[in-house]
Amino acid sequence: MSRRERRSVVGAEAVGRYTLLRLARGGLDPGAPGQFFMLEAPGRLLPRALSLCLAPPGELAFLVDPVGPGTEALCRLGTGDAIHVFGPLGNGYRLDVQRPLLVGGGIGIAPLPYLAQALGGAPALVGFRSDEHAAAAQLLPGAEVVVEPTLVTEAIRPGYDVLACGPEPMLRAVAALCPSAQLAWEAPMACGYGACYGCAVEIDGELKRLCVEGPVIDASRTTLQLATKEIAA
Amino acid sequence: MMLLNASGCLDALVAPDVARQLDAFVTKTITPLPREGNAPPRIAETAHGMLNAIGLANPGRDVFLRQTLPRLAETLDIPIWVSVGGFSARDYAETCAGLDGSDAAVIELNLSCPNVDEAADGAAEIVAACREATAIPLYAKLSAAHPDVGAVALAVAEAGADGLSLINTLRGTALDPRTLQPVLARTTGGLSGPALKPIALAVVHSCYAATGLPIVGMGGVTTGQDALELIACGARDVALGTVLFSDPDAPARVRAELAEAAERAAVASPDDVFARAHDVEKLPHTRRKVTA
Repeated sequence: MSRRERRSVVGAEAVGRYTLLRLARGGLDPGAPGQFFMLEAPGRLLPRALSLCLAPPGELAFLVDPVGPGTEALCRLGTGDAIHVFGPLGNGYRLDVQRPLLVGGGIGIAPLPYLAQALGGAPALVGFRSDEHAAAAQLLPGAEVVVEPTLVTEAIRPGYDVLACGPEPMLRAVAALCPSAQLAWEAPMACGYGACYGCAVEIDGELKRLCVEGPVIDASRTTLQLATKEIAA
Repeated sequence: MMLLNASGCLDALVAPDVARQLDAFVTKTITPLPREGNAPPRIAETAHGMLNAIGLANPGRDVFLRQTLPRLAETLDIPIWVSVGGFSARDYAETCAGLDGSDAAVIELNLSCPNVDEAADGAAEIVAACREATAIPLYAKLSAAHPDVGAVALAVAEAGADGLSLINTLRGTALDPRTLQPVLARTTGGLSGPALKPIALAVVHSCYAATGLPIVGMGGVTTGQDALELIACGARDVALGTVLFSDPDAPARVRAELAEAAERAAVASPDDVFARAHDVEKLPHTRRKVTA
């Protein structure tokens, strides 16, 4: 059950180029892996959509990539600050898979630590654009890590049920390799609960709201995605 | 005073608990044929506002009447206002005729969407055609972009509108600061959010003065104080738009704040400040009534 609460920051730690923002959980349900929350971005009109990265006891943790004014404001939060948090929202990954392989690219690693926990451990493969970004792999112990120019799709071995999250070109490439993959997409989103119609993407051949249908979509259902990094550049 | 949502800012079937906080629910605009809407990206945050270029995505009149409206009536126990759009007076009138006898409590004629290319007929012509097609109360949603919106309001009043919805979004563009290319695929979108509030106050003020019609005021309402100011300008009811995106609990919050704002204004009820921002002696519509 999703709800909106004002939650305190209990920690904000740098993880390579990213920030792991830890909030007091309060009455919020962490939801299923791949679901997301809308986090109030201080000083901005609209909240930002972030998938849950980890759910330590009493906490909700989000991995934030500072790519625009909203995510930069989130990265500046410190212990004791408080923001409104709304969620969990959308549909997460289906966990009824035989041979899971988690595949992440860049900030797409965000939902994978919580997903790995829910699966009771699973092999993982994550790719980054630099060694500094690759420091985020520490959130996913045991993961195989590749750094550009090597791409995750070069390291995927056949026979796995792929659960992926990452930038659009990576997801397209994963879909081509693994037609049965579950892919977590990103789109500009004002509300996260089906009100604004801003996050429409092509699903099942027509424009549908990603926050209602996804953000996790079977690879066979989607062909088009025009994502931007943040709702404000 | 009723609290509503602005059309296109809430899907009551996906978020019924949000809709149930309202006194009436306004649907997304319905057009004769289904519309997929504009290509993404469709939204962009700006200073003090946001742009949207959704493009009237909707299932079309037939599916709405057969499926959506009955489901809404089943889900909600508040009045349902149906927002109607089109590309000619005939389009609007045919949808109004289809709604006659349905669960629609009020029809809001969207005469001001900034996100579609097709030019509509004149506002008064559309209202007159709809007036002939239905007995359901008609509210005309006008654009603040018209240089003399008071005159448009008077024209739609004379054509048979029962009320006004003011204001819609205003056309704007946002550029990516690095590429200097438009953020929205459509280049332009409708500006909403707190940036609109002074414009909404001015338009509600002038249209109330011109017509005296019941007005649903909207545009940048974020707090109860914002709602009270619209009422003081002549809005009988108030609608929430962009604030619903960041705060799904906004209806209950704004209602509580409205009571506090009324207390600060030393009145028992928000309705007690109705049209207080006007000099009653100078209101043309009251003068007209006196001389008639």
